[in-house]
Amino acid sequence: MKAENDFNYAAVDNIYDTWKAQKGALIPMLQEIQHEFGFLPRTALEYLSKKLNQPISQIYGVCTFYSQFHLKPRGQHIIRVCQGTACHVRGIAKIATALEDELQVPVGDTTEDLLFTYESVACVGCCGLAPVMMIDDVTYGRLIATAVPDILKKYERGEDNDS
Amino acid sequence: MTAKPKIVVGLGTCGIAAGGREVYKAIEKALTDNSIDAELTQTGCIGACENEVLVDIVKPGQPRISYGKVTEEKIGEVITNHLLNDKIDREFALGKIGEGELPAEYDDLPNFFVDLPFYEKQVRLCLRNCGFINPEVIDEYVERDGYEALKKVITEMKPEEVVDVVKKSGLRGRGGGGFSTGLKWEFTMKAVGDKKYVVCNADEGDPGAFMDRSILEGDPHSVMEGMAIAGYAVGADEGYVYCRAEYPLAVKRLKLAIEQAKEKNLLGENIMGTDFSFDLKVKEGAGAFVCGEETALLMSIEGKRGMPRPRPPFPANEGLFAKPTCLNNVETFANVPVVILDGPDKFASIGTEGSKGTKVFALTGSINRTGLAEVPMGITLKEVVFDVAGGIIDDGKFKAVQAGGPSGGCIPEDLLHLPIDYDSLTGAGAMMGSGGLVVMGEDTCMVDIARYFLTFTQSESCGKCTPCREGTKRMLEILQRIVAGEGEPEDIEKLKTLGEAIKDTALCGLGQTAPNPVLTTLRYFQDEYEKHIFDKRCVAGICVDLMVYLIDAELCNGCGRCRKACPVGAVSGEKKELHTIDTETCIKCGVCVEKCKQEAISLQS
Repeated sequence: MKAENDFNYAAVDNIYDTWKAQKGALIPMLQEIQHEFGFLPRTALEYLSKKLNQPISQIYGVCTFYSQFHLKPRGQHIIRVCQGTACHVRGIAKIATALEDELQVPVGDTTEDLLFTYESVACVGCCGLAPVMMIDDVTYGRLIATAVPDILKKYERGEDNDS
Repeated sequence: MTAKPKIVVGLGTCGIAAGGREVYKAIEKALTDNSIDAELTQTGCIGACENEVLVDIVKPGQPRISYGKVTEEKIGEVITNHLLNDKIDREFALGKIGEGELPAEYDDLPNFFVDLPFYEKQVRLCLRNCGFINPEVIDEYVERDGYEALKKVITEMKPEEVVDVVKKSGLRGRGGGGFSTGLKWEFTMKAVGDKKYVVCNADEGDPGAFMDRSILEGDPHSVMEGMAIAGYAVGADEGYVYCRAEYPLAVKRLKLAIEQAKEKNLLGENIMGTDFSFDLKVKEGAGAFVCGEETALLMSIEGKRGMPRPRPPFPANEGLFAKPTCLNNVETFANVPVVILDGPDKFASIGTEGSKGTKVFALTGSINRTGLAEVPMGITLKEVVFDVAGGIIDDGKFKAVQAGGPSGGCIPEDLLHLPIDYDSLTGAGAMMGSGGLVVMGEDTCMVDIARYFLTFTQSESCGKCTPCREGTKRMLEILQRIVAGEGEPEDIEKLKTLGEAIKDTALCGLGQTAPNPVLTTLRYFQDEYEKHIFDKRCVAGICVDLMVYLIDAELCNGCGRCRKACPVGAVSGEKKELHTIDTETCIKCGVCVEKCKQEAISLQS
């Protein structure tokens, strides 16, 4: 953990300046802060609260309302298993079991090496390819459980850049 | 440009997921390797998801040939055969589109939109450009009469006339509620305010629905043009598209489209040299299903927790930043240019008495042809499930179709003759919803489906009103008990009472419709609930707690893999002899099924 005075306040300043002219821009500001830091650090939120002259409780309320915002550090790659109807019907449960076996963490958690965060998502909108999971912005469709370890290995070896 | 052959790769989210980008690269390579001079471009979703990756090849003077299920390994050959040897690979060719001459031996090639069963009954208004144009090139939209409707409106019509045309067309909101679009516009037009907004609801959150995503990815300009027309009609100079953050490609293409439209003065200040100015911004959601509800959506654009508020006042009078706001869904806006250009009478000639035009459906579940289909209102559910979607996979038996996502309901076989329109679906306890149709076969458990949808709405409930927050939770607990084999005789009545109460008293659309999947399955499939509760049986074989793992005596060869794999030692048996599972000890983890090479182990009710 970096010491408090090492915190990159300038990044928050930049984001604030980009959006301050727009009405109701708290959500895009939070989105960019999260993009910058990988999550929403408390220091950043407290700093933003002062700049916006908005109580931290309100900002915290917005952060916790939307599933996209995270108050804890996240893995380098985000795995999202689709819980949509089609995936449910076409056997996503087996894919989830295979993932848990490989990652050794339950849904919602991050692996110890901070490589993967494992989540479920309501529906990624690719029902025609069910069952589906997403790793970062890449969608894997027509999945079978036995293919899961190989897909993860690609990321462990850092060979995910071409897709 | 026309002298060059053209290759078009379907790169919507589905196409990319199926390997579209790899195919695209393989085509680039094939063109270079064979020194072929051709234009390679991309398009959005044409709707035939089952056939992804889709590649179209157009040779000058010939019809466009559509190839489906192509792979990066095979595409090179398809391209060289087609472009160099005039040979169409029948393994991949789906059909031809448009005019032109082909060698006589290909006369029998089906006409894509006319002969293919998936398209035969479709009428494509909203999806008119999806799968044809490159959504990242504004000129391709303009070439297909793009922005002509906006031009007509701002140069030839008064705002009142625009509202009248939309009213006369009978267009109703495609987001679920089905409120008259023209009336909504009229209310906003008449509302008093120094500033007005147009907002597009692109927070498509229903599981099983991807109509709006496909339109935004495949033809973003049609939505923007519809919004600008609305802006002119209601007197707004600013618009927002609220798009869910889970659709990164749609957001990217929208932003690009807005930039291009501004460069061409089709958006921005003094559009086409008139007094009309209209600016458009994209707001990304942050992951909350309830934001699809209009008042919650407006709160979210304002940067607050996306919680709904009671209506009235309606957004038409007091919407975004408390200003009059015209709020419609993606598909509704995409219809607007068609209504203007074709005229209200032509639009109203399609459909039924109360529901005009077409509706786009996302067809998914246990059907042969999944995909996106735009059908005229009034077509029966049966035609959609069996003619368009090709019936149940593996010749299975139809059980129910779930219409309208978590807000809708399950419609059984004996109601398949119902025409698709707002009122008949609502009458059946379901709803048009945004357009998700999930088809379910015999192997689907209706109690489990009801539990599934309620789990979704329960976790997405924002918590503001008690009926939704507490009521859906209690309903879910009852359902969880039933699927776990602990159902009680009075549970059915409890579910009905609770469900009706929540429908009547919840604050917003999410809560008011959340009980629908439970109430419709109770209405049409009560016997399944009774079997779960009284006989502790799940006929479909889905509810694991009501099932046991059994080893088939005929198939088991006594290899012992399952015995070794079982984590709790529930399997016993001598080597090369029949093995058995002690159902009391078994924790139903399913490891034995995976290990068995004989496929001798299965769940039995």
